[in-house]
Amino acid sequence: MTFSVGDLFLILPELLVITAACMVFVLDPVLRPSDKDGLVWLSLGTLAVCMGLTASQMSAPVEAFNGLVVIDAYGAFWKLLLYFVTGLTILLSHSYLKEERLYFGEYYGFVLLALSGMMVMVSAADLLTIYLGTELMSLSLYVMAGLKRSEPRSLEASAKYFVLGAFSSGILLYGISLLYGATGSTRLPAIAAAITGQSLDDPLLMFATILLAVGFGFKLAVVPFHMWTPDVYQGAPTSVTAFMAVASKAASFGAFLRVFIEGLGGLKANWSAIFLLLCLATLVLGNVVALVQTNIKRMLAYSSIAHAGYALIGVVAAGRLEHSSGIASVLLYLALYTFMTFGAFAIPAMLRKDGIEGDEIEDFSGLSKRHPVAALLMLIFMVSLAGIPPTAGFIGKFYVFMSAVEAGMTWLAVIALIFAAVSAYYYLRVVMVMYMREPSDATDSAPQLVMSPTFSIVLACAAAGVVIFGIYPNPLVQLAMQAVLTLK
Amino acid sequence: MTHSFPWLTALILLPLIGAAAVFFVRDATARLVALAVAVADLLISLPLWWLFDASSGNMQFMESALWISSPRIHYRLGLDGISLPLVLMTTVLMPLCILISWHSIESRVQSFMAMLLIMEGAMIGVFAALDFVLFYVFWEAMLIPMYLLIGVWGGPNRLYAAIKFFLYTLTGSVLLLVAILVLYFQGGHTFDILQLSQGAYSKSIQFWLFLAFFAAFAVKVPMFPFHTWLPDAHVEAPTAGSVILASILLKMGAYGFVRFSLPMLPDASQAFTPLMVVLSIIAIIYGAYMALAQPDLKKLIAYSSVSHMGFVTLGLFMFNIQGIEGAVMQMVNHGITTGGLFLCVGVIYERTHSRQIADNIGLTKPMPRYATFLVIFALSSLGLPGTNSFVGEFMVLIGTFLWSKIATAFASLGIILAAAYMLWMVQRVAFGVSAPHMLPKLRDVNLRETATLAPLVVLIFAIGLFPNPILTRMHPSVEKVLARVFPSAPEEASAMHPIDPLTPPVERLASTTEATFSQERQAVSEGRPR
Repeated sequence: MTFSVGDLFLILPELLVITAACMVFVLDPVLRPSDKDGLVWLSLGTLAVCMGLTASQMSAPVEAFNGLVVIDAYGAFWKLLLYFVTGLTILLSHSYLKEERLYFGEYYGFVLLALSGMMVMVSAADLLTIYLGTELMSLSLYVMAGLKRSEPRSLEASAKYFVLGAFSSGILLYGISLLYGATGSTRLPAIAAAITGQSLDDPLLMFATILLAVGFGFKLAVVPFHMWTPDVYQGAPTSVTAFMAVASKAASFGAFLRVFIEGLGGLKANWSAIFLLLCLATLVLGNVVALVQTNIKRMLAYSSIAHAGYALIGVVAAGRLEHSSGIASVLLYLALYTFMTFGAFAIPAMLRKDGIEGDEIEDFSGLSKRHPVAALLMLIFMVSLAGIPPTAGFIGKFYVFMSAVEAGMTWLAVIALIFAAVSAYYYLRVVMVMYMREPSDATDSAPQLVMSPTFSIVLACAAAGVVIFGIYPNPLVQLAMQAVLTLK
Repeated sequence: MTHSFPWLTALILLPLIGAAAVFFVRDATARLVALAVAVADLLISLPLWWLFDASSGNMQFMESALWISSPRIHYRLGLDGISLPLVLMTTVLMPLCILISWHSIESRVQSFMAMLLIMEGAMIGVFAALDFVLFYVFWEAMLIPMYLLIGVWGGPNRLYAAIKFFLYTLTGSVLLLVAILVLYFQGGHTFDILQLSQGAYSKSIQFWLFLAFFAAFAVKVPMFPFHTWLPDAHVEAPTAGSVILASILLKMGAYGFVRFSLPMLPDASQAFTPLMVVLSIIAIIYGAYMALAQPDLKKLIAYSSVSHMGFVTLGLFMFNIQGIEGAVMQMVNHGITTGGLFLCVGVIYERTHSRQIADNIGLTKPMPRYATFLVIFALSSLGLPGTNSFVGEFMVLIGTFLWSKIATAFASLGIILAAAYMLWMVQRVAFGVSAPHMLPKLRDVNLRETATLAPLVVLIFAIGLFPNPILTRMHPSVEKVLARVFPSAPEEASAMHPIDPLTPPVERLASTTEATFSQERQAVSEGRPR
């Protein structure tokens, strides 16, 4: 065991983010209230620097800290995505927290801490490092979910998230310990090497695989480990919900794929069967339950569950394919999912009805008359979530289904596409309410959208991503294909 | 054959740019901008008619550029003799749709015009796309604008009609996406439509692919029993929406059959022929029968569309030159005639605010010019010789006659029923006697409305009297499709249907039916001397 100073340079982005988080915590009490916007710019500046550093790390894998961490293009892809989402979250929060009268400077510190946890998750090559990252991310998110201290629903969300999160972490840890027992290591390459020599029917290995799948299943919010999602997404402050729905899901997928492809690649046949069942259950339940939701945050929660199901199709296909196009389709799907989901959460966040958040679908009545541009953007996000071209959502689905067909699972693609048609019904209901229904009560109490410069930037970024990558996805496709090449 | 000017890109992009521009102007200007864009698009499309090389069945005006590098998806466009008339039909009808909406659409005019223009771009894209993914993108991109056209500017029951239209067509087309992906891996890792049309696929794969294609195209046509969205959508849509639906959108289903199902899946197409013929004949008779009973003008025309589109699918699956050419003719003709009928309903709805036949009786007296237009469109719809529909339906019936005489007999019932419901409708609406209080002072068609209706009347007689220019242009392309269906035994095919390829199609048609014609002429001259 040796320690080299050079390793610190490899994790410079992580160190920068953690330093920035600490600075936010220290500066917050000493800054005058009028200067607190400075924390936003400090956080955004850090992200910009990190983005530059990480972009230069899109290369062959380099191990650090005796193989606890690996810096490669795969991790860099996820990190770039996470910086982007975090940047959008900070911008949205800047407007949102003012409207909600939540003045916590620490908020931005927790966002950055959660980000650093996610960054550790996606570049960890050791199960314990992954666990460390997961906990850092989750603990920050538990605090953020309960930020609206005056509102019982927010506290309930935080408590529920904490209890179930701790439970799932326990299961994950149990799986890790069993795997250590079966293979004698927690390092992914060592695990992979140990598995190749063993029989696939080893009950210990199988049990460990199942426990890991369940532990990650909670983090990814796939059925039947999704129960916390609707309550937490609905109760948490909307900017936090958007962050959880996108960033935490992306980071969990990043760690999950690395564990199952790099570490447990030898057990492909076993785990692809498990994920096939989870995938089917997720597609069916997520889409069907979303049909009856009346609250937009709950509806989007079930929609995000369903989307995890679509991404899982790529994972199942990857379990049956020799080459990496299945994994690339998952990366691409989550990258495109980011734009549309974040946009879809951002608009209800800023919709105000008598000073409080208008998060019922009915509150969107007649939005196209009062705010035509915002309604048009919401239309684009909904169409994209439904997977209709020419939007990003279609491109994501196209690649996922393509890998399913390539893996010889045409029937899975057929089922998933039929549920995509089902999903169009609930996404279009939002469009219908916005465009085809008049507000039920007098116009002065009708929900209004609070516009602000930072909110406009968020909407513009999300919509630009959905439209541009819907029409010309080639750069992102290339990036995803390049990223998965470094995954062994 | 390549042309330096990217005609088709211009045709597709211009309306899309126009749609964006319309958002930045005021309502009154929006109408003018939209009309200008649609007319400009028409003017760009017209030269294609003369530049098109009628002797070639190959794709012309080809454009190709790499769009996505892995998998290789191209932005590839081109026209042949089958898609050329359909593209021109689209560009002719769109300015008319904008004109008819001039005063009937008063709310959110900019958005309405933008939707029409987006539809135009996407529809031309569907007919011109030569890459399967590109085709699918255009095909699906039409759904949202059409959903909004029905749902925002439609009639009282618009929400139901809009979502029904959307879910029916979406469910059909998602299966098409799976079929496209399967074809990619079966057909040598390509999405190129021309290359995929050359491939040989095993019978079992063809069977499943045909069913998937069928789900997408049969809903769009719509074939019995997938037609139930159509009367709802037609009735609730604003006039321009009904015209686009009936005249252009329905053609895409039939276009899908002739462009994809027949050449890519020849074995399955032949195996499914009995089913297709039975469904077509049911649609012909059932649609006509339902049309007889409708008190609502738009519903009557909607069901007549089901009946007329039955002739199209019938002709396509006859696998002979008369059947397929007749079917494509019928696609164009139905677009013109039914478009005209819907425009007529729109004109009268603006005045009486009712689409019920009972509320619009005896219009000849207050509106003589309007009644003339209505009668011409109605006669064309029932297939009177001399009008366009006669050519298409007659060719389809000849094609069917070569395949089965019984099927022809049943299909002919549709024409008789068409005469019944159309003439009965005309009798009441144009020549009925209304109670005096029922006859308010109605304005006759004004200049704008005349300009909307007149071009279609010209086309009805032009195609009815001189169908050859269209037929000669489509002939080589149709033969190419047929060559795919009978690849191994071309001589057998021509033996079954003796055709001299040098004779222009209509002369050939005439010679086949010389006897029938002379008998008819004789009967007419004996019965009613001129």
